[in-house]
Amino acid sequence: MSQTIASLKKGQKGIIKQFSHDDIPLKLLEMGCLPGNEVELVQTAPFRDPMYLNINGSHLAIRKETALLIEIEVVE
Amino acid sequence: MPKQINVALIGNPNTGKTSVFNHLTGLNQQVGNYPGITVEKKEGICKLPRGLKAHILDLPGTYSLNASSLDENIVIELLLNKNDKDYPDVAVVVSDVENLKRNLLLFTQIKDLGIPTILAINMADRMDRKGISLDIARMEERLKTKIALVSARKKTGIEELKELIINHRQISTEPCVNASTIAPDYFDSLRKAFPNQSLYKLWLVITHDVNFGSLNRNNLDKTSGFKTKEKTDLKRLQQKETIVRYQFINGILKETFTKDISAATDLRSKLDRVLTHQVWGYFIFFGILLLIFQAIYDWSSYPMDLIDSTFAFLGEWSKEILPSGMFTSLISEGIIPGLGGIVIFIPQIAFLFLFISLLEESGYMSRVVFLMDRIMRRFGLSGKSVVPLVSGTACAIPAVMATRNIEDWKERLITILVVPFTTCSARLPVYLIIIALVIPDERFLGIFNLQGITLMLLYMLGFGMSVFSAWILNKILKIKSKTYFVIEMPDYKLPLFKNVAINVVEKTKSFVFGAGKIILAISIILWVLASYGPTEKFDNAEKIVSEQYGESLTPEEFHNHVASIKLENSYIGMMGKGIEPIVRPLGYDWKIGIAIVSSFAAREVFVGTLATIYSVGSDEEKTIKDRMAAETNPILGGPLFNFASGISLLLFYAFAMQCMSTLAIVKRETNSWKWPALQLVLMSGIAYIAAFAAFQILK
Repeated sequence: MSQTIASLKKGQKGIIKQFSHDDIPLKLLEMGCLPGNEVELVQTAPFRDPMYLNINGSHLAIRKETALLIEIEVVE
Repeated sequence: MPKQINVALIGNPNTGKTSVFNHLTGLNQQVGNYPGITVEKKEGICKLPRGLKAHILDLPGTYSLNASSLDENIVIELLLNKNDKDYPDVAVVVSDVENLKRNLLLFTQIKDLGIPTILAINMADRMDRKGISLDIARMEERLKTKIALVSARKKTGIEELKELIINHRQISTEPCVNASTIAPDYFDSLRKAFPNQSLYKLWLVITHDVNFGSLNRNNLDKTSGFKTKEKTDLKRLQQKETIVRYQFINGILKETFTKDISAATDLRSKLDRVLTHQVWGYFIFFGILLLIFQAIYDWSSYPMDLIDSTFAFLGEWSKEILPSGMFTSLISEGIIPGLGGIVIFIPQIAFLFLFISLLEESGYMSRVVFLMDRIMRRFGLSGKSVVPLVSGTACAIPAVMATRNIEDWKERLITILVVPFTTCSARLPVYLIIIALVIPDERFLGIFNLQGITLMLLYMLGFGMSVFSAWILNKILKIKSKTYFVIEMPDYKLPLFKNVAINVVEKTKSFVFGAGKIILAISIILWVLASYGPTEKFDNAEKIVSEQYGESLTPEEFHNHVASIKLENSYIGMMGKGIEPIVRPLGYDWKIGIAIVSSFAAREVFVGTLATIYSVGSDEEKTIKDRMAAETNPILGGPLFNFASGISLLLFYAFAMQCMSTLAIVKRETNSWKWPALQLVLMSGIAYIAAFAAFQILK
């Protein structure tokens, strides 16, 4: 199984590969969450949900259920 | 006289768009509503050099032209309708230098509509600190536009921006991204069907469900035989379009934007390490809440006492200097106490909006959303419900409107339904006066003021009740909806004094003039009802008293007896007596009954009503509180406002849906009378039962 944003550890970075579902909200793309971009997990709330991300300098928070749809390749 | 230049300010949220607006217009601005909907419309006049003027429209913040909310629809609707009187001669896209990439997405979309578009890069003062440098000339060339480097904080670049607005005709209207590359065949057929329209404009019409005047989606289908695609295909194309735009932007930024990371100081991550911490984050949040309530209760009591006694004095004074008669009595017993009941709210409302706008301006509010999302979701709410619930402590109306950025319909509906339980500022005067009457002004453990603790408990009760009913609604309501949740975590910023001040003044003003009108009108009606009566008893009150008591009374006692007979036999007295059986089990007399009925329209009327009722016929200069404390319970004896009836009243006001404006706004936001009706029946029912139980147990 491929890794998703939800499997990142705090401070860890990855590159967004693709979305495992067509229904990814357009707003997320517009806010900079695009394939090829680097994503870092900055912080999580208790139970790792929501997740506070830094995607190429764009800071945003998404829920775990959405994070599970975004496939990544861990880089460090 | 030359025509005013129509300017539309557009930008992502958190780019300081409003600060730029405030600088351009100064205090020359007004806030209204777009016709038919409740989205705030901010516009103002900007004086330009050489005697020119511009009409500036501050459009709601949006991330793109692919609208997903009502606020965002406003932006597209305006930009697609050339016949709108506000259609811009020039658009100014305000962007944040640190989030330039994301901000440029919106810029390219607007540029592609063929509107002259200026790019204002705000927060230029942060560039040094963040190690950012820009090649403006190259960027202007690639984006085919003019750029103003602005710092709303340091007030730089505003004059340059004004010059660009004057010279807007020199800006190219050529599109910068060719969106048709995402599906060449599809766009080709579109171009053939509508040779005279801008392609990107057509594309926006196709992908949105809204009507834009003569151009709408169904029309497109019928008139041309042109077939639009399936929704899922369109969505995929929109995603593709976004990617194409970002590729274009990345190309430009590679050439023009450099960031020296070693020069950057990272305040954000240091603050976030504490403020979004899994433990400390919550401690700090609750600490801030505690501070806010303590401050509202403590600090605003001084101006409020002053206002209260000033109006008592004014009423007395007007009686002395004006010739006695019906007119004077309308002023001193109707209008002045009524006005006092409005003005007394100002300190608390101002403090509350001060804190809310500080939290929002600083960027902290997004952290609260982040921290609370998981917890709120258990109750069927969203982290974004926290902002409406906190704003609900000011007023439910803006709070209901603030639910618009909750993407999920079920979460949004539940938030709207439970927001009125939070303790709005209109409840505050009711709480304050009752607490002052029935809770001793003593300290608990030597530090905490008992009255302050009671107030805080009431706020927690309101909040608890909204969360509890959300939990129930979440179980009952069968609404299927796809949930998703995205929130931007903006950089921390020191709030700008000017923005905070304008916000506080604006919100307070809209309360005073909005709610104030209702309160004043009701005060006058009440005075009329209390000053006239249908029966002989009312007209002959003097005679009845002198027959009953003879000469044994002092003039003052005589006067008081007359006044109380008159009040009892006035129209309002009869109405009050009529509903007394209903409110007696709650520990109230007919006067409180009247106050409850009249405050159905708006809670804040309660204190004003009692002020009016008790000042009819009273001769002495007394504050409302003194008069209420002197009331006795006609049946049980003892003071009318005692612990049991006081708690019962507090609970009644905590739960009852006593605000017509909220019902109206809920109807508008949910587009159905079903939800406001449900609120009215359930909330008032809960209020009656709770007040009844409290009085029967405590009496």
